[in-house]
Amino acid sequence: MSHIELLNVSKSYDKQRSVLNEIDVSIEKGEFFVLVGPSGSGKSTLLRMIAGLEEITSGTLHMNGQVVNHLPPKDRHLSMVFQNYALYPHLTVEQNILFGLNAKKMDKKEQKKRLHETAEMMGLTELLKRKPRQLSGGQRQRVALARSVVSEAPLCLMDEPLSNLDAKLRAHMRMEIRRLQKKLGLTMVYVTHDQVEAMTMGDRIMVLNDGKVQQVGEPIALYNEPANVFVASFIGSPKMNMGRAVVKGQQLVVEDSLSIPVEAADVVDLPKNRKMIAGIRAEHLSQVTSDEKTHVLDVISVEHLGNETMVTFEVGREFWTAKWLGQQIVHVGDRVPVGLSVKNISFFDAETGELMKAASSQKQKEGVAI
Amino acid sequence: MIMPLYKKVVLYLLLSVSAFFIFAPAIMALVMSFMPSEQILTGTIIPDSLTLDHYRQAFERFPLLSYLTNSLIVSLLIMAGQLLLSSLAAYAFVFLEFKGRDALFFLFIATMMIPFEASIIPNFQTIRDMNLLNTYTGLSLPFFAMAFGTFLLRQTFKQIPKELKEASEIAGMGDLKFYLTVVLPVAKTSLVTLGVYGFLSAWNMYLWPLLATTDDSVRTVQIGLKQLQSQEQLNEWGVIMAGGIIVVLPTLILLFLGQKKLQKGLTEGALK
Repeated sequence: MSHIELLNVSKSYDKQRSVLNEIDVSIEKGEFFVLVGPSGSGKSTLLRMIAGLEEITSGTLHMNGQVVNHLPPKDRHLSMVFQNYALYPHLTVEQNILFGLNAKKMDKKEQKKRLHETAEMMGLTELLKRKPRQLSGGQRQRVALARSVVSEAPLCLMDEPLSNLDAKLRAHMRMEIRRLQKKLGLTMVYVTHDQVEAMTMGDRIMVLNDGKVQQVGEPIALYNEPANVFVASFIGSPKMNMGRAVVKGQQLVVEDSLSIPVEAADVVDLPKNRKMIAGIRAEHLSQVTSDEKTHVLDVISVEHLGNETMVTFEVGREFWTAKWLGQQIVHVGDRVPVGLSVKNISFFDAETGELMKAASSQKQKEGVAI
Repeated sequence: MIMPLYKKVVLYLLLSVSAFFIFAPAIMALVMSFMPSEQILTGTIIPDSLTLDHYRQAFERFPLLSYLTNSLIVSLLIMAGQLLLSSLAAYAFVFLEFKGRDALFFLFIATMMIPFEASIIPNFQTIRDMNLLNTYTGLSLPFFAMAFGTFLLRQTFKQIPKELKEASEIAGMGDLKFYLTVVLPVAKTSLVTLGVYGFLSAWNMYLWPLLATTDDSVRTVQIGLKQLQSQEQLNEWGVIMAGGIIVVLPTLILLFLGQKKLQKGLTEGALK
């Protein structure tokens, strides 16, 4: 059963600057739904519209089958975690957590019970008497989460809750939020600009850019079959390598410098003599011995991460990055053999940016898995 | 800061000298209030003996105590009224959204440019027509609406993150409750600052109490001070100075108590 449904929802300020354009999506009960996009894409605005903090210019918002466009936030049965946590600085942790319950004039006994349960679950029992300024970033984050959990609202909205934390803590909180959501069966709408967060946490992801929906789908689907160039470059790290391409006879020519042999079957769906963009993931620029090589490329940068090595090549006017396992001994200026197969290449229309053909190798793998 | 010794000496010398000049009148008043009358008239600066006579006379000859009480009541009334109205107005200017909010605010601020003296006649007529002359209400009412206070509190309230308001909206909290339970406690420092400022300016007010009172029973202490001076043929400077010192005392006490908060409040938002 769908919990939230948006139909042609748009937002514009002063009837001129449009921030969101005809958003259509339905979010299921108990789903972890991630809104991801670069800053200014309208993702926070969309979240705030669901919360009722921002007016909807046109379109309808349904919750549990009812139109709630003009329902005030308090009647929408939701909780929200803000980027800056929005903790009340003059109240203790305990008072902060109970703030919402107090506002609803809930029975004191019930409040105490919920407070203890929540504090226990979030590991805040020791900190209840402290003020927010005496807490570390991670602890504040947990208080903000606790405040949202204690309300027992079935819908939880989060607006970039992890962006103020350091990388290590962020990875930990990612897992904790995910676990909490599953345990409590919450419907979660989560806004982030970080595609790693989106990929690792979301049951489904919606990619937004410039107020328009680019693609909605499961993380892996977005990775393997990005609907357009924007999604292809936004999802995945390092980003997908791309270059202008044309099919000439039995060759696919990329950036006027790489020629990849193609068979007729590989390009049968593609229009001839049309400008295209070819995209290939970093892990598919494979490391090979000189015998198996299909191409030789110039190395312009090497990054050692310990468990893997990022090697950047120059291809025409583009820089392509390869991700190789282990610690590879490669130096800037080397000419390195690489293996490239047309089966791993996705094709996009150069004018519209839309996907024309996803990499065929992924489909085969999926087929095997099923 | 590390400074060579001679620089330090020069600096402190200059500071002490200027401090002395600034405080000289106040020091003289203090000294004169304890000095026997004969010595004041002969122009002595350092007295041979000290006396409390002037203080006794100041209380005996004039209803100084009743003046002080009046001043206290009027100042407290003005302070409370200003705090209440300024904070409510500032709340509306920051947290409520309505058309023309900013324009209205600028209009509000523009009234700061009209000196009180310019509006004193209409104010007097209003208070007279309301039959409020010689009442505490009449003395304090014209000062309740204060553009400066609204401005100061608006700046403070603006620093409260919008998310706090939104979080309380989601929790189902109304504006009045948010104002009482979140905004006021968070802006405590500025409220204290404004309160002290309002109290002191009310305490030192002269022109309005002079106009709005004709009766000793509601006169404030500043008017009383003036009476000390003019009622005698020969001015008794000692008594006048003693009165002055008594009047200044509450101001000083308040300043000492509120100094830290006052500084913090007045510079808040100036930096950062």
